Amino acid sequence: MRSTKRLAAGAIAAALGITTLAACGGSDGKKTSGEASGSGSKTVTLVSHDSFNASDPVLKAFTAQTGYTVKVLKSGDAGAALNQEILTKGSPRGDVFFGVDNTLLSRALDNGIFTPYEAKGLDRVPADVQVDKDKHRVTPVDTGDICVNYDKKYFADKKLAPPQSFDDLVKPEYKDLLVTENVATSSPGLGFMLGSVAKYGDEGWQDYWKKLKANGVKVVDGWEQAYNTDFSGSAGGKKAKGDRPLVVSYASSPPAEVIYADPKPTEAPTGVATGTCFRQTEFAGLLKGARNEAGGKALLDFLISKKFQEDMPLQMFVDPVAKDAAVPPEFTKFGAKITNSATVAPDKIAKNRDQWVKTWSSLVLK
Amino acid sequence: MRLGLMALPAVFFAVFFAWPVAAIVGRGLKADGAWQFGRIGEVLGDPDIGHVLWFTTWQALASTALTLLIALPGAYVFARLEFPGKQLLRAVVTVPFVLPTVVVGTAFLALLGRGGLLDQLWGVRLDTTVWAILLAHVFFNYAVVVRTVGGLWSQLDPRQEEAARVLGASRFAAWRTVTLPALGPAVAAAALMVFLFTFTSFGVVQILGGPTFSTLEVEIYRQTAELLDLPTAAVLTMVQFVAVGAILAVHARTVRRRETALKLVDPAQTARRPRGAGQWMLLASVLAVVALLILLPVGVLIERSLDTPDGYGLGYYRALQAAGDNGSFLVPPIEAIWNSLQYALAATVIALVIGGLAAAALTRRGSGRLIRGFDALLMLPLGVSAVTVGFGFLITLDEPPLDLRTSWILVPLAQALVGTPFVVRIMLPVLRAVDGRLREAAAVLGASPLRAWREVDLPLVRRALLVAAGFAFAVSLGEFGATVFIARPDRPTLPVAVARLLGRAGDLNYGQAMALSTILMVVCAVALLVLERIRTDRSGEF
Amino acid sequence: MLKLDGVTVRFGQRAALDAVDLEVADHETVCVLGPSGSGKSTLLRVVAGLQPLDSGRVLLGGADQSGVPVHKRGLGLMFQDHQLFPQRDVAGNVAFGLRMRGASRGEQASRVGELLDLVGLPGAGRRAVAALSGGEQQRVALARALAPSPRLLMLDEPLGQLDRTLRERLVVELRSLFGRLGTTVLAVTHDQGEAFALADRVVVMRDGRIAQTGTPLEVWQHPASEFVARFLGFENVVPATVSGEVADTAWGKVPVPAGSPQGPVRVLVRPAGVRLVGEREGLPCEVVGRTFRGSHVALRLRPGGGPLLEAECGLEGAPGVGAPVGVAFGVGGVVVLGEE
Repeated sequence: MRSTKRLAAGAIAAALGITTLAACGGSDGKKTSGEASGSGSKTVTLVSHDSFNASDPVLKAFTAQTGYTVKVLKSGDAGAALNQEILTKGSPRGDVFFGVDNTLLSRALDNGIFTPYEAKGLDRVPADVQVDKDKHRVTPVDTGDICVNYDKKYFADKKLAPPQSFDDLVKPEYKDLLVTENVATSSPGLGFMLGSVAKYGDEGWQDYWKKLKANGVKVVDGWEQAYNTDFSGSAGGKKAKGDRPLVVSYASSPPAEVIYADPKPTEAPTGVATGTCFRQTEFAGLLKGARNEAGGKALLDFLISKKFQEDMPLQMFVDPVAKDAAVPPEFTKFGAKITNSATVAPDKIAKNRDQWVKTWSSLVLK
Repeated sequence: MRLGLMALPAVFFAVFFAWPVAAIVGRGLKADGAWQFGRIGEVLGDPDIGHVLWFTTWQALASTALTLLIALPGAYVFARLEFPGKQLLRAVVTVPFVLPTVVVGTAFLALLGRGGLLDQLWGVRLDTTVWAILLAHVFFNYAVVVRTVGGLWSQLDPRQEEAARVLGASRFAAWRTVTLPALGPAVAAAALMVFLFTFTSFGVVQILGGPTFSTLEVEIYRQTAELLDLPTAAVLTMVQFVAVGAILAVHARTVRRRETALKLVDPAQTARRPRGAGQWMLLASVLAVVALLILLPVGVLIERSLDTPDGYGLGYYRALQAAGDNGSFLVPPIEAIWNSLQYALAATVIALVIGGLAAAALTRRGSGRLIRGFDALLMLPLGVSAVTVGFGFLITLDEPPLDLRTSWILVPLAQALVGTPFVVRIMLPVLRAVDGRLREAAAVLGASPLRAWREVDLPLVRRALLVAAGFAFAVSLGEFGATVFIARPDRPTLPVAVARLLGRAGDLNYGQAMALSTILMVVCAVALLVLERIRTDRSGEF
Repeated sequence: MLKLDGVTVRFGQRAALDAVDLEVADHETVCVLGPSGSGKSTLLRVVAGLQPLDSGRVLLGGADQSGVPVHKRGLGLMFQDHQLFPQRDVAGNVAFGLRMRGASRGEQASRVGELLDLVGLPGAGRRAVAALSGGEQQRVALARALAPSPRLLMLDEPLGQLDRTLRERLVVELRSLFGRLGTTVLAVTHDQGEAFALADRVVVMRDGRIAQTGTPLEVWQHPASEFVARFLGFENVVPATVSGEVADTAWGKVPVPAGSPQGPVRVLVRPAGVRLVGEREGLPCEVVGRTFRGSHVALRLRPGGGPLLEAECGLEGAPGVGAPVGVAFGVGGVVVLGEE
């Protein structure tokens, strides 16, 4: 295999030569490609999913603090990004991976892609999100809640109280109002189903979905479509004449509706049904075979530092895990405080996920 | 000589396609060092998979037939009739090709969905029906037919048809007996491409079909990217291979029977102003179809990009302009455009070099079985899921000097895999139609084979080359699947930036996504118009 | 200049050229004449290097050309259907060979002007080739082939598609042009009139072999075989037994020149050697066809036995169809043909 690779490499040199010439304009692309390799490098590479984001000043602060420059590689959504790490286990593309959530955690741990490291500052993180606190293979970085959002205007116009719990959603007054996502293809869709499992147990959740279906739940494939097209409360949904005032989305969606509006409204147009939430926690870990382990450890420390944790909410619309991190005022003012979100243990999810998805599909889609 | 031409494309495909795909399929089917063929029967025996396979196939066939039916008159009108704004319109119909499916889905729902045109006029809603999928496939692939078939059509000598008319053939009979056979290879090529695109359709099926419709491609994506069930994904990939291979075989047979040297003429001489009620009617109906099926959804996007809370205005565009200082989430649109253009340009050059060489090698007559096999092989990337190739890259190109996993070049390479089949398909019929004796005439006059190719073939196929380049460019510009999978330093392209914006709540995000989509369309249309210009300016060079 | 030495080309089982030997001297114009399928076009392609040999050698100026690619042979070839480059104008076509040889723009322009004058198309340089008439295309093709001053100019059916008057005029022009330029020419044609008018020497081919070589006069006067005779348009060929100076044929006794080969042969009687005599004096025939040929009338006669006879007679007194005539043979019009 090795010699084949060498041979092939030589043979395609010509092909690459051509393309490099063609793309000689891509100067900043070159800068980022070559230098990450090599030990003792001053670059530390963070591999993540497409939603990862950090502001430049914060990343610069890390460099000032530690001397390491962060290079970020994004590849696909959370599931795809993790699976790519599993495939390249032992010869990873970077040093730290960020973005395993509790629905995927078991897969990451079972495949052994992380080197244990106890990040500095974990004492500021509540124990209940430290799922792997014995081995420290992963470090919790953020949490988020998947909840039903409602269109305030719709319910005000109809003089109807918006639903607040899972139980409310199957009531006749909310018939034909909810749109959710396909559990098989969408992360919030999966979260909402897991929430129902947590709430009604291994047997009861199926009955719940039968009732939901009878109550006219609409299922679409992705969050983008549900939120931007079918949900009547979002900016996109209004333009698309969306007719569903309830949507499965995030607890952070209402603040986003305010922050990303111009002019800013005094009140969020949407609200959160606080009794319908499922808690997602995202973790990061040091990749096995990382070229720059020291840099990777420094980066993990930094991910739970106050500076990064306070930058995170407005970059990724998630909640910090560090207790000392202040949440931006928009979050507290326009968002909802979720105290009772449901959750399911990662290993239980890992064990039952396929079966649950199959059952859900045959219950709801057929 | 032929082998020499073939070497580079062959190596390219071996390294960047065959090897990665074989590696990922092999990994799936092999457990503990032994092949697990039992999985094949297990997966194929699953009735759900059978259902998916059936739906995938029939919707692809139906989409292809519908596209041909709707687009062939368009190909004629664009090839043979002269009307104002033709160049612009030809560029515009290609625009859907570059649009991310998420955006198209949104726009298309405005036509077929709740409150859409059909709903308002007749109370008909086609969203979440298979009609929405089929019509969206026509929307995407209209340009494939118009450009590949129309490109050749405009160069066919109209006197051939006139000769048949004089011999007593009706207008339609003349078309059927003279023009259609000459167009045969181009129509077959276009049909093949449309079929492959629709067979592997992903976003359209998801958004417009809803969760009840699922294609093989969606299933492979789920099994690979979400569930990491490589054995199932491997079996499905092989099923897709077999299906695509069968279609390629059928295509090869129909085309080979028909291939003849055609007498090509300057397209400028074949187009004329419409004459008679029939031609005016045809022109009008084609324009109506274009307006309804393409301009309307595109118009909806533009309208939404301008529809700010303060009324119509450029607010979202200004917001884009201001972006960039708050983190790496948003990049200034100029930067995203620049990234997109660079990637697309690199991919186009790769596709032209690889595809051009392959087409030149395949042109030489008397090609053996090996060569024909290669011809088919070149089409396979269109029939293989981006996720399969992307994951294959991960486990093969992981060692220096081929450790390209984190290199920017992987993006244009993956895009070129999709662009190359276009180049080959478009170039081949035209190259084969070039009279070999022209090359001989050049050789006798002292031109070396390479020089003869440059002096004789190139000027004759320049138009086809530009059409091919346009497609490769458009495909690369709009490519999202592979681009989003391949880990890359954060230089988002326009489609990636659009997807990020759509992935967030908030009016500004949605509006900016629409604005960026509009910019993407404009960039594409401008690039295609520039290509058309090059052709016009240079055709009179000698 | 050109020497072919046992050149053989096979297409599958069939030999398109079968051990052909041929020489063309400097400044000579040689015309290869033969029906379609006789291998004459293949001959040109072999010389040009467009067709690989199965055996034999092609020498140009004494040098073996095996391994010399087409573009390095320095030849001119005018294709049967011209093969003008459609995307170039007239000047672009004529200048092509010069460009390939790296001539400067100035040289190209002056040479193009010179050649267009030469072929009678002065000032046509900017015209599109698609807009030219057949004759004009022909001239452009000729100018293109001549422009680089090739050491050997080859013409494939040079006047094939032109109308008769144009063809006759062009033949004369070409002949004087080649004489003036001192060009060495190898042409192929199926038209004997064209060949005889153009060539210093004629080579008749049949089924990939050379059937006869000679000056136009020699070939015309003494066709070597029945094939050549018939190909030249002679119909009056009949099996005969020669003894002394008389041949015994189905038409009766025919006088043959002294020293003719004896025994069973074939005899050709030119139409001019068929004299009309009184109805009772010679071989009795009936006139079955009568064609006006401008300077004379061609008659087809049916004798009592043997094949039809062709005869010529003056415009005046030509018998009508159905008239009985008598025929006598003049020894000057009789040729004893060699064995096939």
